[in-house]
Formats: sequence, structure tokens, C-alpha cells
Amino acid sequence: MSEPALKHPVSQSTLALFDLVEGARVIHLWGRLGWQDIRRRYRRSTLGPFWITISMGLLIAVLGTLYGGLFKVDGSNYVPYLTLGFIIWTLVNGLITDGCTAYVNASNIIQQARLPLSVHVYRVIWRNLIIFFHNAVIFVVVAVVFAVWPGWTGLLAIPGMALLCVNGVWVGMLLGAFSARFRDVPPIIASIVRIAFFVTPIIWMPELLPHRAVLPMNLNPFFHVLEVVRAPLLGEVPSAISWLAMIGITLVGVAATFVVYVRYRWRIAYWI
Amino acid sequence: MNNDASIHVEKVTVDFPIYNANLRSIKNQFIYHGTGGRVGRRAGNRLTVRALDDVSLALEHGDRVGIIGHNGAGKTTLLRVMAGVYEPVQGHVWRRGRTASLLNVSLGIDDDATGYENIITRGLLLGLSPEEVQDRTVEIAEFTELGDYLAMPAHTYSAGMRFRLGFAVCTCFEPEILLMDEWLSVGDRHFVEKARKRLEEFIERAGILVLASQNASLLERVCTKGVLLDAGKVKAIGAISEVLGDY
Repeated sequence: MSEPALKHPVSQSTLALFDLVEGARVIHLWGRLGWQDIRRRYRRSTLGPFWITISMGLLIAVLGTLYGGLFKVDGSNYVPYLTLGFIIWTLVNGLITDGCTAYVNASNIIQQARLPLSVHVYRVIWRNLIIFFHNAVIFVVVAVVFAVWPGWTGLLAIPGMALLCVNGVWVGMLLGAFSARFRDVPPIIASIVRIAFFVTPIIWMPELLPHRAVLPMNLNPFFHVLEVVRAPLLGEVPSAISWLAMIGITLVGVAATFVVYVRYRWRIAYWI
Repeated sequence: MNNDASIHVEKVTVDFPIYNANLRSIKNQFIYHGTGGRVGRRAGNRLTVRALDDVSLALEHGDRVGIIGHNGAGKTTLLRVMAGVYEPVQGHVWRRGRTASLLNVSLGIDDDATGYENIITRGLLLGLSPEEVQDRTVEIAEFTELGDYLAMPAHTYSAGMRFRLGFAVCTCFEPEILLMDEWLSVGDRHFVEKARKRLEEFIERAGILVLASQNASLLERVCTKGVLLDAGKVKAIGAISEVLGDY
């Protein structure tokens, strides 16, 4: 609340960094706001947030039966694969599309109180993680039913998730800022994400692809995002390409976002 | 409380970019670049409104400053710049001391959450730690006199009740700097009286009060210094009675 009134100008890069770190520090604030978003959505409903779990469960049950039959694949492989794909995709999709509205939706707060902007992005990430963990229950059930046990390899999903969340931070900050400035960004992003859902192996398995389609699949960043979390939980080690792609995306994304923030962070309050 | 609250506003200029539907779309920016600036020429020259123009002020501990000016003179923008909501396009703002901004106290109350939940969220938004909020909840609840209503969702509240809630939280932490846009505007007489007492207690403890208002007699009573803004510029600055005379 009170800042040191040092009488020399602080550089924009220091301010951008301060925003990011200070925002992370007030975990009690964005933690609460994120939960509040979830609770608001399900207020007055008897089952509350468990509707998230239930609707995902229904979706998996129906799609698992339908597509398992269509693709003529073995259910004990396909259903766990589909479940994980869907759950992770829901998270990725939420981080991207909610990231677009992170600042615009928080305009009330931004125009009233001086807070690090990153708070609003952490709130979006936390909200989507809450949904993710509600959905994760379905995978536990599926894993029990189909006797899936990833073993120690499963632990690799932890760095995978960490990378995914770090990417959520820069994606939210970058898209949040762009969307505040250009109001066409959210619909553009929404349409890209919708297409990405179909071209990314989520409901279909890469093995179904003809050989020549493997390269284009490796060029799809969303494939690697899913791979680093999904493969370990199915007991497979993600390929080196996926790890490298993920790390590359993270580094480039963070650097690009930082550059944008150093220049435009202070303008965001004017845009919303 | 440390006795050195201060706000220094140095040559501050604030421009608001105006984006109408045309200017805000990427399409126009593309058309603009794609056509060498012929078709979407308007995308190039951005429209801005200068809200503050080279404003300098130095407020020290104990100052009670009234900001006077016509509608659109930049009063609220100046308060927001002082609160740190807007970082100026040019110039600097140096602020020291815990700041409470009562710019629009009932804004941002979550309609679906109960009064108690709103107290906590608000407190955290104002920068209090969870423990500080916890310690103050009872006192805040008492001050609002909303009783059982605090357990009800905020959409059941009247404008006056919202004001009570917002005001009680915003002023719960003994601010050293208080920024106000208009004096207590809503609320019934009883509560306004109570709120006034709280504010006057605060003013007596000194610190800095910045109050933007149109009400001359109020400013004369509450403030010692006056700043007259006109079209974003400081027209006059000095003792409140003199500045009010100019106005």
C-alpha cells in the first residue's frame, strides 16, 4: 500500500518485474478471488462446483463410447487417453480464453485500487486450476476402472504441469493486454482455440495418423502442451521433442511478454 | 503512524486515448498498414483527450486540500493519479503513506457475495493482510450497522447500504492519505453523520486529505488549501478562501 517514496525514477523493467513478483506474493487475494469466481458460478445450486466433475464425467462416458466405437480402438487404452486429453484441454482452453478477459473483466478493480496487474492473471490461472482438479477426479475413476497405473513415470507430469502454468502466466498477461487494447482479439483467439481442439490429438490418437502427418503434428504447439502432462500419467515418457518444444515456447513467450510489459504495462489501466 | 505522509505531483500530464469502434479494431490497423495509409487513414492519428496538463503539486503532512473545478476539469483524474491508478504519460507522482481512496466506494461490491464476504474481499483488495482483515471484521460490521443484512447477498442492498459497507471497509485502516471524490453523497442522515465524525477524527489526526467537490461551503469548512483546476491545468493554488474567490 505504501511504497517507498524514493525520489528517483524507477525503470519500467523494474516496475514490470515488481508487478509480477508482488502479484504472486498476494496469494491470499487472488486465491480468494479465484474461488469466488467458481462459487459465483454455482451459487444456489445444490451440488455446486461438483457440476464441473459431473458434466465432464458425462462427456467422457458418451464420447468414450461413441468415438471408441468409431475409431475401433481398445477402450482400456482409449478412454483414459481421451479423459486426460479432455481434462488438460479444458485447462489450456480456459487459460487462453479467460486470459483474454483477465484485465477487461477486472476493470472495476484496476480503476479503483493500485494493485499489481499480474494479480488478475494469477486469479484466472487459479480459477482454472480449481476446475482442473475437479475434473481430475474423473481421471482417477477412469484409471481405477481401466486399471491404469503410470508408476514413477507419472511424476513427470509435475514438471509438465509447472511448465503449463508458467505458460498460462505469460499467455494471460500478453493476451490480457492485447485484448484490452484491441477488442477483436478475444473472438480471434476463441476461433483459433476451437480449431486447435480438432487438429490436436485429443479425441483421436496420433497412431491413427498416416506417417506423413506426424511432422505437422509436431509443429502444433498444443500437441506438446498436452503431451508433457498426458503421456506421463499414461505411463509413457514424453518425447524429447515435446520437452524441448515446451521449454522453447516458455522461454520465448516469457521474454516476449516481458518486453511488451516493460513498454505497455502502465498503459493497460487506460485501455480498459 | 509515521508523521511524514506526502504526495508530490511533478509536471504530470495525462492523456486518455479515445478508441471508438473503428480505432480499436485490428482490422483497421491492418487495412491501414496494408494500404499504405489510404483507406484507414484514421487508424494512424490517434485521438486523445488531455485530462491533466503539466500539473504540479506538493502536499505534505497536515494538508487538507480542496480540488475545485468545473465538470471535466480533471478533478477525478487527478485523484486517480494520486491514488496510483493511472501512471501519468509525463511527469511523476511520489506518494508516501497508507492511502485510502474513496473515489467510488460502492463500486466493485460483488452482488452475489454476502456482506461479510465483501468485507473480506474488499479489505484484501485494499492491500490489508488476511490477519488485518480478520482483526477488523467485527469493527467494520458494527460500523455499517447492517446487522443481519451482512449475511445476505449484496444484491439485496440499497444504494445507501452499499455505501455503508464500502465506506466502512475503505476507512477501517487509519489511512494517512485520504482521497475523496465528493463528500458523503448517499446514505441516510444518521450514517452520514457517523461517517462525517469518522472523517473528521481522521482529519484531526492530520495526514493528508484531498477532497474534490463542488460544494464551496463544505470545502471552506474542511479544507485549508485549495487547488483550482481548469481544463486539466492548475489555474490557482493557495489558501482555500482565496482559491474559492477566484472560482
